[in-house]
Amino acid sequence: MQYMLLIYDDEKAWARKSPAEVDRIMGEWWAYDDALRKAGVHVAGNALKPTDTATTVRVRNGKTLQTDGPFAETKEQLGGDYLLDVPDLDTAVRWAEKCPAAPFGSIEVRPVMVFDRN
Amino acid sequence: MLARGLERIYRDEWGRVLAPLVRLTGDLDLAEDALQEAWARALAAWPRGGIPQRPAAWLFVVARRAAIDRLRRRGREAPLAAGADEGAAAASNADLPADIPDERLRLIFGACHPALSQPAQVALTLRTLCGLTTEEIARAFIEPAATTAQRLVRAKRKIREAGIRWEVPGREDLPARLEPALAVVYLVFNEGYLAASGDALVRHDLCAEAIRLARMLAALLPEEPEVLGLLALVLLHDARREARRGRDGEFVPLEEQDRARWDRSEIDEGTRILDRAVAMRRRGPYQIQAAISALHGAARTPDDTDWRQIALLYGALARLAPSPTVALNEAAAIAMAEGPEEGLKRVDAFAASGALAGYHLLPAARADLLRRRGRRAEASEAYRAALALCRNARERAYLERRLTEVTG
Repeated sequence: MQYMLLIYDDEKAWARKSPAEVDRIMGEWWAYDDALRKAGVHVAGNALKPTDTATTVRVRNGKTLQTDGPFAETKEQLGGDYLLDVPDLDTAVRWAEKCPAAPFGSIEVRPVMVFDRN
Repeated sequence: MLARGLERIYRDEWGRVLAPLVRLTGDLDLAEDALQEAWARALAAWPRGGIPQRPAAWLFVVARRAAIDRLRRRGREAPLAAGADEGAAAASNADLPADIPDERLRLIFGACHPALSQPAQVALTLRTLCGLTTEEIARAFIEPAATTAQRLVRAKRKIREAGIRWEVPGREDLPARLEPALAVVYLVFNEGYLAASGDALVRHDLCAEAIRLARMLAALLPEEPEVLGLLALVLLHDARREARRGRDGEFVPLEEQDRARWDRSEIDEGTRILDRAVAMRRRGPYQIQAAISALHGAARTPDDTDWRQIALLYGALARLAPSPTVALNEAAAIAMAEGPEEGLKRVDAFAASGALAGYHLLPAARADLLRRRGRRAEASEAYRAALALCRNARERAYLERRLTEVTG
Protein backbone atom coordinates (compact mmCIF):
# COMPACT_ATOMS: atom_id res chain seq x y z
CA MET A 1 0.00 0.00 0.00
CA GLN A 2 1.24 3.49 -0.75
CA TYR A 3 1.25 6.22 1.85
CA MET A 4 2.16 9.87 1.46
CA LEU A 5 3.98 11.45 4.37
CA LEU A 6 3.15 15.16 4.29
CA ILE A 7 5.79 16.98 6.30
CA TYR A 8 4.74 20.17 8.07
CA ASP A 9 6.97 22.42 10.11
CA ASP A 10 7.54 26.07 10.93
CA GLU A 11 9.55 27.29 7.95
CA LYS A 12 10.53 30.46 9.81
CA ALA A 13 12.45 28.35 12.32
CA TRP A 14 14.97 27.55 9.59
CA ALA A 15 15.99 31.22 9.29
CA ARG A 16 16.90 31.27 13.00
CA LYS A 17 19.29 28.34 12.77
CA SER A 18 23.08 28.66 12.57
CA PRO A 19 24.86 27.28 9.46
CA ALA A 20 26.33 24.49 11.60
CA GLU A 21 22.86 23.53 12.80
CA VAL A 22 21.47 23.56 9.27
CA ASP A 23 24.34 21.26 8.22
CA ARG A 24 23.56 18.86 11.05
CA ILE A 25 19.83 18.79 10.20
CA MET A 26 20.54 18.27 6.50
CA GLY A 27 22.76 15.36 7.50
CA GLU A 28 19.77 13.84 9.32
CA TRP A 29 17.61 14.24 6.22
CA TRP A 30 20.19 12.56 3.96
CA ALA A 31 20.48 9.69 6.42
CA TYR A 32 16.67 9.34 6.55
CA ASP A 33 16.44 9.39 2.75
CA ASP A 34 19.16 6.70 2.52
CA ALA A 35 17.37 4.56 5.11
CA LEU A 36 14.08 4.73 3.14
CA ARG A 37 15.83 3.67 -0.07
CA LYS A 38 17.81 0.91 1.63
CA ALA A 39 14.60 -0.50 3.13
CA GLY A 40 13.07 -0.53 -0.36
CA VAL A 41 10.04 1.55 0.70
CA HIS A 42 10.98 4.83 -1.05
CA VAL A 43 8.82 5.66 -4.09
CA ALA A 44 9.33 9.42 -4.33
CA GLY A 45 10.17 12.41 -2.18
CA ASN A 46 10.33 16.19 -2.49
CA ALA A 47 11.45 19.17 -0.48
CA LEU A 48 9.54 22.37 -1.23
CA LYS A 49 10.84 25.92 -1.33
CA PRO A 50 9.28 28.21 1.32
CA THR A 51 5.66 29.38 1.05
CA ASP A 52 6.73 32.92 0.10
CA THR A 53 7.60 31.40 -3.29
CA ALA A 54 4.13 29.83 -3.64
CA THR A 55 1.44 30.87 -6.09
CA THR A 56 -2.11 29.71 -5.55
CA VAL A 57 -4.26 29.25 -8.65
CA ARG A 58 -8.05 29.16 -8.78
CA VAL A 59 -10.36 29.19 -11.79
CA ARG A 60 -13.68 30.92 -11.09
CA ASN A 61 -16.31 31.52 -13.76
CA GLY A 62 -13.77 30.56 -16.38
CA LYS A 63 -11.31 33.13 -15.16
CA THR A 64 -7.94 32.26 -13.74
CA LEU A 65 -7.01 33.95 -10.47
CA GLN A 66 -3.45 33.82 -9.21
CA THR A 67 -2.66 34.80 -5.65
CA ASP A 68 0.69 35.23 -4.03
CA GLY A 69 1.32 32.76 -1.21
CA PRO A 70 0.00 29.40 0.01
CA PHE A 71 -3.71 28.49 -0.08
CA ALA A 72 -4.02 29.08 3.68
CA GLU A 73 -1.88 30.75 6.32
CA THR A 74 -1.03 28.15 8.95
CA LYS A 75 1.34 27.88 11.91
CA GLU A 76 3.15 25.01 10.24
CA GLN A 77 3.59 24.81 6.50
CA LEU A 78 3.85 21.94 4.07
CA GLY A 79 7.59 21.68 3.50
CA GLY A 80 7.92 18.39 1.67
CA ASP A 81 6.64 14.88 1.19
CA TYR A 82 7.63 11.27 0.83
CA LEU A 83 5.72 8.63 -1.04
CA LEU A 84 6.30 5.22 0.56
CA ASP A 85 5.25 1.70 -0.34
CA VAL A 86 4.73 -0.31 2.87
CA PRO A 87 2.34 -3.09 3.95
CA ASP A 88 0.18 -1.22 6.49
CA LEU A 89 -0.45 1.94 8.52
CA ASP A 90 1.68 0.78 11.45
CA THR A 91 4.73 0.51 9.19
CA ALA A 92 4.04 3.91 7.65
CA VAL A 93 3.70 5.43 11.14
CA ARG A 94 7.00 3.86 12.17
CA TRP A 95 8.73 5.60 9.25
CA ALA A 96 6.93 8.86 10.06
CA GLU A 97 8.28 8.68 13.64
CA LYS A 98 11.82 8.50 12.29
CA CYS A 99 11.39 11.53 10.03
CA PRO A 100 13.78 14.32 11.13
CA ALA A 101 10.88 16.81 11.28
CA ALA A 102 8.77 14.61 13.61
CA PRO A 103 10.31 15.86 16.90
CA PHE A 104 9.21 19.46 16.22
CA GLY A 105 6.87 19.45 13.21
CA SER A 106 3.92 17.25 12.21
CA ILE A 107 3.82 14.40 9.75
CA GLU A 108 0.44 13.69 8.19
CA VAL A 109 0.21 10.10 6.95
CA ARG A 110 -2.29 9.66 4.13
CA PRO A 111 -3.06 6.46 2.24
CA VAL A 112 -2.88 6.98 -1.51
CA MET A 113 -6.04 6.29 -3.48
CA VAL A 114 -5.91 3.61 -6.14
CA PHE A 115 -8.19 3.96 -9.16
CA ASP A 116 -9.33 1.14 -11.34
CA ARG A 117 -10.13 2.76 -14.68
CA ASN A 118 -11.60 -0.35 -16.24
CA MET B 1 -33.81 -19.99 32.15
CA LEU B 2 -33.05 -20.69 28.51
CA ALA B 3 -33.22 -16.99 27.69
CA ARG B 4 -30.66 -16.24 30.39
CA GLY B 5 -28.44 -19.03 29.13
CA LEU B 6 -28.62 -17.57 25.62
CA GLU B 7 -27.88 -14.07 26.87
CA ARG B 8 -24.80 -15.36 28.71
CA ILE B 9 -23.55 -17.25 25.65
CA TYR B 10 -24.03 -14.18 23.48
CA ARG B 11 -22.06 -11.98 25.90
CA ASP B 12 -19.30 -14.53 26.53
CA GLU B 13 -18.81 -15.81 23.01
CA TRP B 14 -19.46 -12.87 20.68
CA GLY B 15 -15.88 -11.53 20.62
CA ARG B 16 -14.37 -14.98 20.72
CA VAL B 17 -16.26 -16.08 17.59
CA LEU B 18 -15.91 -12.74 15.82
CA ALA B 19 -12.10 -12.60 16.12
CA PRO B 20 -11.23 -15.60 13.90
CA LEU B 21 -13.96 -14.54 11.44
CA VAL B 22 -12.26 -11.15 11.11
CA ARG B 23 -8.93 -12.86 10.49
CA LEU B 24 -10.41 -15.19 7.87
CA THR B 25 -12.34 -12.53 5.95
CA GLY B 26 -10.20 -9.48 6.73
CA ASP B 27 -13.47 -7.55 6.77
CA LEU B 28 -15.14 -6.54 10.03
CA ASP B 29 -18.53 -5.70 8.50
CA LEU B 30 -18.73 -9.02 6.70
CA ALA B 31 -17.65 -10.92 9.80
CA GLU B 32 -20.26 -9.12 11.93
CA ASP B 33 -23.06 -9.76 9.45
CA ALA B 34 -22.14 -13.44 9.23
CA LEU B 35 -22.04 -13.83 13.00
CA GLN B 36 -25.36 -12.01 13.31
CA GLU B 37 -26.86 -14.49 10.87
CA ALA B 38 -25.38 -17.42 12.79
CA TRP B 39 -26.83 -16.02 16.00
CA ALA B 40 -30.28 -15.71 14.43
CA ARG B 41 -30.02 -19.37 13.40
CA ALA B 42 -28.96 -20.33 16.91
CA LEU B 43 -31.99 -18.55 18.35
CA ALA B 44 -34.19 -20.56 16.00
CA ALA B 45 -32.46 -23.92 16.49
CA TRP B 46 -31.33 -24.06 20.13
CA PRO B 47 -34.66 -23.69 21.93
CA ARG B 48 -35.86 -26.80 20.04
CA GLY B 49 -32.73 -28.95 19.76
CA GLY B 50 -30.93 -27.76 22.88
CA ILE B 51 -27.80 -25.68 23.30
CA PRO B 52 -24.81 -27.48 21.73
CA GLN B 53 -21.93 -28.58 23.96
CA ARG B 54 -19.58 -26.08 22.36
CA PRO B 55 -21.76 -23.10 21.41
CA ALA B 56 -18.80 -20.98 20.26
CA ALA B 57 -17.66 -23.69 17.84
CA TRP B 58 -21.25 -24.08 16.56
CA LEU B 59 -21.56 -20.34 15.97
CA PHE B 60 -18.15 -20.19 14.31
CA VAL B 61 -18.88 -23.00 11.87
CA VAL B 62 -22.28 -21.57 10.90
CA ALA B 63 -20.96 -18.00 10.67
CA ARG B 64 -18.01 -19.07 8.55
CA ARG B 65 -20.40 -20.68 6.08
CA ALA B 66 -22.52 -17.53 6.08
CA ALA B 67 -19.40 -15.47 5.38
CA ILE B 68 -18.46 -17.68 2.45
CA ASP B 69 -22.00 -17.41 1.05
CA ARG B 70 -21.78 -13.65 1.25
CA LEU B 71 -18.39 -13.57 -0.48
CA ARG B 72 -19.76 -15.81 -3.25
CA ARG B 73 -22.79 -13.59 -3.69
CA ARG B 74 -20.44 -10.66 -4.11
CA GLY B 75 -19.04 -12.62 -7.03
CA ARG B 76 -15.66 -13.16 -5.51
CA GLU B 77 -13.69 -16.34 -5.31
CA ALA B 78 -14.07 -17.42 -1.72
CA PRO B 79 -10.55 -17.27 -0.26
CA LEU B 80 -11.54 -19.65 2.51
CA ALA B 81 -13.29 -22.35 0.54
CA ALA B 82 -11.74 -25.26 2.43
CA GLY B 83 -14.35 -27.03 4.51
CA ALA B 84 -16.98 -24.67 3.19
CA ASP B 85 -19.89 -27.05 3.50
CA GLU B 86 -19.22 -28.42 6.94
CA GLY B 87 -21.58 -25.85 8.42
CA ALA B 88 -24.54 -27.84 7.13
CA ALA B 89 -23.85 -30.47 9.75
CA ALA B 90 -23.19 -27.99 12.49
CA ALA B 91 -26.20 -28.99 14.55
CA SER B 92 -24.49 -32.21 15.52
CA ASN B 93 -21.98 -31.96 18.36
CA ALA B 94 -19.75 -34.64 16.94
CA ASP B 95 -18.86 -32.51 13.92
CA LEU B 96 -17.84 -29.41 15.84
CA PRO B 97 -14.18 -28.49 16.18
CA ALA B 98 -12.94 -29.18 19.70
CA ASP B 99 -12.17 -25.53 20.24
CA ILE B 100 -11.67 -22.33 18.31
CA PRO B 101 -8.49 -20.36 18.94
CA ASP B 102 -8.84 -17.33 21.18
CA GLU B 103 -7.87 -14.42 18.95
CA ARG B 104 -9.63 -11.64 20.82
CA LEU B 105 -6.38 -9.72 21.30
CA ARG B 106 -6.54 -8.91 17.59
CA LEU B 107 -9.90 -7.26 18.14
CA ILE B 108 -8.67 -5.32 21.16
CA PHE B 109 -5.59 -3.94 19.44
CA GLY B 110 -7.47 -3.22 16.22
CA ALA B 111 -10.39 -1.49 17.95
CA CYS B 112 -8.06 0.49 20.23
CA HIS B 113 -5.60 1.43 17.50
CA PRO B 114 -4.03 4.81 18.34
CA ALA B 115 -4.93 6.13 14.87
CA LEU B 116 -8.63 6.06 15.90
CA SER B 117 -10.26 8.66 18.16
CA GLN B 118 -11.02 7.54 21.70
CA PRO B 119 -14.83 7.67 21.30
CA ALA B 120 -14.41 5.46 18.23
CA GLN B 121 -12.13 3.08 20.17
CA VAL B 122 -14.72 2.81 22.93
CA ALA B 123 -17.64 2.15 20.56
CA LEU B 124 -15.68 -0.39 18.50
CA THR B 125 -14.47 -2.23 21.60
CA LEU B 126 -17.96 -2.54 23.07
CA ARG B 127 -19.31 -3.61 19.71
CA THR B 128 -16.70 -6.18 18.67
CA LEU B 129 -15.68 -7.64 22.05
CA CYS B 130 -18.84 -7.31 24.12
CA GLY B 131 -21.34 -7.65 21.27
CA LEU B 132 -23.24 -4.52 22.30
CA THR B 133 -25.57 -3.18 19.63
CA THR B 134 -25.30 0.37 18.33
CA GLU B 135 -28.47 1.24 20.27
CA GLU B 136 -27.07 -0.18 23.51
CA ILE B 137 -23.84 1.79 23.15
CA ALA B 138 -25.78 4.98 22.35
CA ARG B 139 -28.04 4.52 25.39
CA ALA B 140 -25.07 3.91 27.67
CA PHE B 141 -23.27 7.05 26.53
CA ILE B 142 -26.48 9.11 26.29
CA GLU B 143 -26.08 10.10 22.67
CA PRO B 144 -28.37 9.70 19.67
CA ALA B 145 -28.07 6.25 18.05
CA ALA B 146 -27.35 7.98 14.74
CA THR B 147 -24.23 9.57 16.27
CA THR B 148 -22.93 6.21 17.51
CA ALA B 149 -23.76 4.57 14.20
CA GLN B 150 -21.88 7.24 12.28
CA ARG B 151 -18.91 6.95 14.63
CA LEU B 152 -18.75 3.21 14.01
CA VAL B 153 -19.11 3.56 10.24
CA ARG B 154 -16.33 6.15 10.14
CA ALA B 155 -14.00 4.08 12.31
CA LYS B 156 -14.53 0.95 10.23
CA ARG B 157 -13.93 2.94 7.07
CA LYS B 158 -10.69 4.34 8.43
CA ILE B 159 -9.51 0.85 9.43
CA ARG B 160 -10.24 -0.41 5.94
CA GLU B 161 -8.99 2.55 3.92
CA ALA B 162 -5.95 3.54 5.96
CA GLY B 163 -4.59 0.01 6.19
CA ILE B 164 -4.97 -0.63 9.92
CA ARG B 165 -4.47 -4.33 10.52
CA TRP B 166 -6.37 -6.49 12.98
CA GLU B 167 -3.13 -7.71 14.47
CA VAL B 168 -1.44 -8.12 17.81
CA PRO B 169 1.58 -5.78 17.96
CA GLY B 170 5.05 -7.23 18.45
CA ARG B 171 6.70 -7.48 21.87
CA GLU B 172 8.48 -4.13 21.68
CA ASP B 173 5.36 -2.17 20.64
CA LEU B 174 3.05 -3.95 23.07
CA PRO B 175 3.41 -1.64 26.12
CA ALA B 176 2.73 1.49 24.03
CA ARG B 177 -0.18 -0.08 22.15
CA LEU B 178 -1.63 -1.41 25.40
CA GLU B 179 -2.07 2.11 26.80
CA PRO B 180 -5.08 3.12 24.68
CA ALA B 181 -6.70 -0.29 25.25
CA LEU B 182 -6.40 0.04 29.02
CA ALA B 183 -7.65 3.63 28.82
CA VAL B 184 -10.75 2.46 26.94
CA VAL B 185 -11.57 -0.17 29.56
CA TYR B 186 -11.10 2.32 32.40
CA LEU B 187 -13.21 4.94 30.61
CA VAL B 188 -16.04 2.43 30.12
CA PHE B 189 -15.85 1.54 33.81
CA ASN B 190 -15.89 5.16 34.97
CA GLU B 191 -18.75 5.99 32.64
CA GLY B 192 -20.82 3.45 34.58
CA TYR B 193 -19.28 4.09 37.99
CA LEU B 194 -19.59 7.86 37.99
CA ALA B 195 -22.95 7.78 36.21
CA ALA B 196 -24.64 10.95 37.30
CA SER B 197 -27.35 11.04 34.71
CA GLY B 198 -29.32 8.73 32.49
CA ASP B 199 -30.73 5.36 33.33
CA ALA B 200 -28.55 4.24 36.26
CA LEU B 201 -29.21 0.56 35.57
CA VAL B 202 -28.11 0.75 31.94
CA ARG B 203 -25.06 2.72 32.91
CA HIS B 204 -24.04 0.32 35.67
CA ASP B 205 -24.00 -2.40 33.04
CA LEU B 206 -20.96 -0.55 31.73
CA CYS B 207 -19.10 -1.45 34.94
CA ALA B 208 -19.87 -5.11 34.30
CA GLU B 209 -18.71 -4.82 30.67
CA ALA B 210 -15.49 -3.09 31.76
CA ILE B 211 -14.79 -5.78 34.35
CA ARG B 212 -15.47 -8.42 31.72
CA LEU B 213 -13.00 -6.69 29.35
CA ALA B 214 -10.39 -6.30 32.09
CA ARG B 215 -10.71 -10.00 33.00
CA MET B 216 -10.38 -10.92 29.33
CA LEU B 217 -7.22 -8.81 28.95
CA ALA B 218 -5.74 -10.21 32.16
CA ALA B 219 -6.36 -13.76 30.96
CA LEU B 220 -4.83 -13.03 27.54
CA LEU B 221 -1.85 -10.98 28.79
CA PRO B 222 -1.10 -12.44 32.26
CA GLU B 223 2.49 -11.16 32.22
CA GLU B 224 1.57 -7.46 31.92
CA PRO B 225 1.43 -5.90 35.41
CA GLU B 226 -0.56 -2.85 34.30
CA VAL B 227 -3.28 -5.12 32.88
CA LEU B 228 -3.54 -6.83 36.26
CA GLY B 229 -3.36 -3.42 37.94
CA LEU B 230 -6.34 -2.23 35.90
CA LEU B 231 -8.36 -5.37 36.72
CA ALA B 232 -7.54 -4.93 40.41
CA LEU B 233 -8.51 -1.27 40.23
CA VAL B 234 -11.94 -1.81 38.65
CA LEU B 235 -12.73 -4.66 41.08
CA LEU B 236 -11.71 -2.59 44.11
CA HIS B 237 -13.77 0.39 42.94
CA ASP B 238 -16.72 -1.78 41.99
CA ALA B 239 -16.73 -3.24 45.51
CA ARG B 240 -17.80 0.18 46.80
CA ARG B 241 -20.34 0.94 44.08
CA GLU B 242 -23.47 0.23 46.10
CA ALA B 243 -22.19 2.07 49.17
CA ARG B 244 -21.57 5.22 47.11
CA ARG B 245 -25.30 5.70 46.62
CA GLY B 246 -27.58 6.85 49.41
CA ARG B 247 -31.23 5.90 49.75
CA ASP B 248 -32.35 8.62 47.34
CA GLY B 249 -29.55 8.00 44.89
CA GLU B 250 -27.43 10.78 46.35
CA PHE B 251 -23.64 10.53 46.34
CA VAL B 252 -22.10 9.29 49.61
CA PRO B 253 -18.43 10.21 50.10
CA LEU B 254 -15.94 7.52 51.08
CA GLU B 255 -15.63 8.58 54.73
CA GLU B 256 -19.40 8.33 55.26
CA GLN B 257 -20.00 5.06 53.44
CA ASP B 258 -21.43 2.09 55.30
CA ARG B 259 -18.44 -0.20 55.02
CA ALA B 260 -20.63 -3.24 55.69
CA ARG B 261 -22.06 -2.64 52.22
CA TRP B 262 -18.67 -3.00 50.57
CA ASP B 263 -18.31 -6.23 48.61
CA ARG B 264 -15.61 -8.05 50.58
CA SER B 265 -15.06 -10.80 48.03
CA GLU B 266 -14.43 -8.22 45.31
CA ILE B 267 -11.98 -6.36 47.58
CA ASP B 268 -10.17 -9.63 48.36
CA GLU B 269 -9.96 -10.62 44.70
CA GLY B 270 -8.76 -7.15 43.66
CA THR B 271 -6.11 -7.14 46.39
CA ARG B 272 -4.85 -10.61 45.43
CA ILE B 273 -4.56 -9.60 41.77
CA LEU B 274 -2.77 -6.39 42.74
CA ASP B 275 -0.25 -8.39 44.79
CA ARG B 276 0.49 -10.51 41.72
CA ALA B 277 1.01 -7.37 39.61
CA VAL B 278 3.27 -5.66 42.14
CA ALA B 279 5.43 -8.79 42.39
CA MET B 280 6.38 -8.29 38.72
CA ARG B 281 8.20 -5.11 39.76
CA ARG B 282 7.16 -2.87 36.86
CA ARG B 283 5.02 -0.18 38.45
CA GLY B 284 2.53 1.92 36.58
CA PRO B 285 -0.38 4.28 37.17
CA TYR B 286 -3.08 1.58 37.31
CA GLN B 287 -1.21 -0.41 39.93
CA ILE B 288 -0.70 2.72 42.04
CA GLN B 289 -4.37 3.68 41.83
CA ALA B 290 -5.35 0.11 42.71
CA ALA B 291 -2.97 0.22 45.70
CA ILE B 292 -4.68 3.40 46.94
CA SER B 293 -8.07 1.78 46.53
CA ALA B 294 -6.85 -1.36 48.32
CA LEU B 295 -5.68 0.71 51.31
CA HIS B 296 -9.17 2.21 51.58
CA GLY B 297 -10.63 -1.26 51.25
CA ALA B 298 -8.43 -2.58 54.06
CA ALA B 299 -9.51 0.12 56.53
CA ARG B 300 -12.31 -1.09 58.83
CA THR B 301 -13.24 2.49 59.76
CA PRO B 302 -12.28 5.83 58.17
CA ASP B 303 -9.91 6.45 61.11
CA ASP B 304 -8.03 3.23 60.35
CA THR B 305 -7.05 4.52 56.91
CA ASP B 306 -3.30 4.64 56.25
CA TRP B 307 -3.34 8.20 54.90
CA ARG B 308 0.43 8.58 55.09
CA GLN B 309 0.87 5.67 52.66
CA ILE B 310 -1.95 6.97 50.46
CA ALA B 311 -0.31 10.42 50.29
CA LEU B 312 2.96 8.78 49.22
CA LEU B 313 1.17 6.78 46.53
CA TYR B 314 -0.54 9.91 45.18
CA GLY B 315 2.88 11.56 45.10
CA ALA B 316 4.25 8.65 43.07
CA LEU B 317 1.22 8.82 40.77
CA ALA B 318 1.67 12.58 40.31
CA ARG B 319 5.24 11.97 39.11
CA LEU B 320 4.23 9.15 36.75
CA ALA B 321 0.98 10.60 35.37
CA PRO B 322 0.59 14.20 36.54
CA SER B 323 -2.94 15.60 36.56
CA PRO B 324 -4.82 18.27 38.51
CA THR B 325 -7.13 15.74 40.18
CA VAL B 326 -4.17 13.64 41.33
CA ALA B 327 -2.56 16.74 42.83
CA LEU B 328 -5.79 17.59 44.67
CA ASN B 329 -6.12 14.05 45.96
CA GLU B 330 -2.53 14.17 47.17
CA ALA B 331 -3.32 17.40 49.04
CA ALA B 332 -6.41 15.81 50.59
CA ALA B 333 -4.40 12.75 51.69
CA ILE B 334 -1.68 14.98 53.18
CA ALA B 335 -4.41 16.84 55.06
CA MET B 336 -5.64 13.56 56.53
CA ALA B 337 -2.13 12.39 57.44
CA GLU B 338 -0.60 15.63 58.70
CA GLY B 339 -3.58 17.87 59.44
CA PRO B 340 -5.79 20.17 57.35
CA GLU B 341 -3.29 23.05 57.60
CA GLU B 342 -0.69 21.11 55.55
CA GLY B 343 -3.32 20.11 53.02
CA LEU B 344 -4.55 23.70 52.70
CA LYS B 345 -1.00 24.87 51.97
CA ARG B 346 -0.84 22.35 49.13
CA VAL B 347 -4.24 23.30 47.72
CA ASP B 348 -3.48 27.03 47.90
CA ALA B 349 -0.11 26.58 46.19
CA PHE B 350 -1.95 24.63 43.56
CA ALA B 351 -4.66 27.29 43.18
CA ALA B 352 -1.93 29.91 42.71
CA SER B 353 -0.57 27.95 39.73
CA GLY B 354 -3.93 28.51 37.99
CA ALA B 355 -3.96 24.91 36.71
CA LEU B 356 -7.51 24.20 37.85
CA ALA B 357 -9.16 27.57 37.27
CA GLY B 358 -12.89 27.10 36.66
CA TYR B 359 -12.91 23.55 37.98
CA HIS B 360 -15.28 22.96 40.93
CA LEU B 361 -13.06 20.35 42.60
CA LEU B 362 -10.53 23.01 43.63
CA PRO B 363 -12.87 25.17 45.77
CA ALA B 364 -14.62 21.95 46.91
CA ALA B 365 -11.33 20.55 48.24
CA ARG B 366 -10.51 23.85 49.94
CA ALA B 367 -13.98 23.98 51.44
CA ASP B 368 -13.68 20.48 52.92
CA LEU B 369 -10.32 21.31 54.50
CA LEU B 370 -11.56 24.63 55.90
CA ARG B 371 -14.59 22.86 57.34
CA ARG B 372 -12.36 20.30 59.06
CA ARG B 373 -10.28 23.14 60.45
CA GLY B 374 -13.45 24.78 61.80
CA ARG B 375 -13.05 27.91 59.64
CA ARG B 376 -16.76 27.94 58.86
CA ALA B 377 -17.13 31.35 57.21
CA GLU B 378 -14.31 30.66 54.75
CA ALA B 379 -15.61 27.13 54.21
CA SER B 380 -19.10 28.33 53.27
CA GLU B 381 -17.59 30.84 50.87
CA ALA B 382 -15.58 28.05 49.22
CA TYR B 383 -18.63 25.74 49.04
CA ARG B 384 -20.55 28.54 47.28
CA ALA B 385 -17.67 28.99 44.83
CA ALA B 386 -17.68 25.24 44.14
CA LEU B 387 -21.46 25.20 43.65
CA ALA B 388 -21.20 28.02 41.14
CA LEU B 389 -18.94 25.81 38.99
CA CYS B 390 -20.39 22.32 39.55
CA ARG B 391 -22.97 20.93 37.14
CA ASN B 392 -23.22 17.31 38.31
CA ALA B 393 -26.54 16.99 40.20
CA ARG B 394 -25.31 14.40 42.71
CA GLU B 395 -22.16 16.30 43.56
CA ARG B 396 -24.21 19.51 43.88
CA ALA B 397 -26.46 17.83 46.41
CA TYR B 398 -23.40 16.85 48.43
CA LEU B 399 -21.93 20.38 48.31
CA GLU B 400 -25.27 21.92 49.30
CA ARG B 401 -25.53 19.61 52.29
CA ARG B 402 -22.05 20.62 53.44
CA LEU B 403 -22.88 24.28 52.92
CA THR B 404 -25.90 23.97 55.21
CA GLU B 405 -23.70 22.24 57.81
CA VAL B 406 -21.20 25.09 57.96
CA THR B 407 -23.76 27.90 57.81
CA GLY B 408 -26.43 26.30 60.03
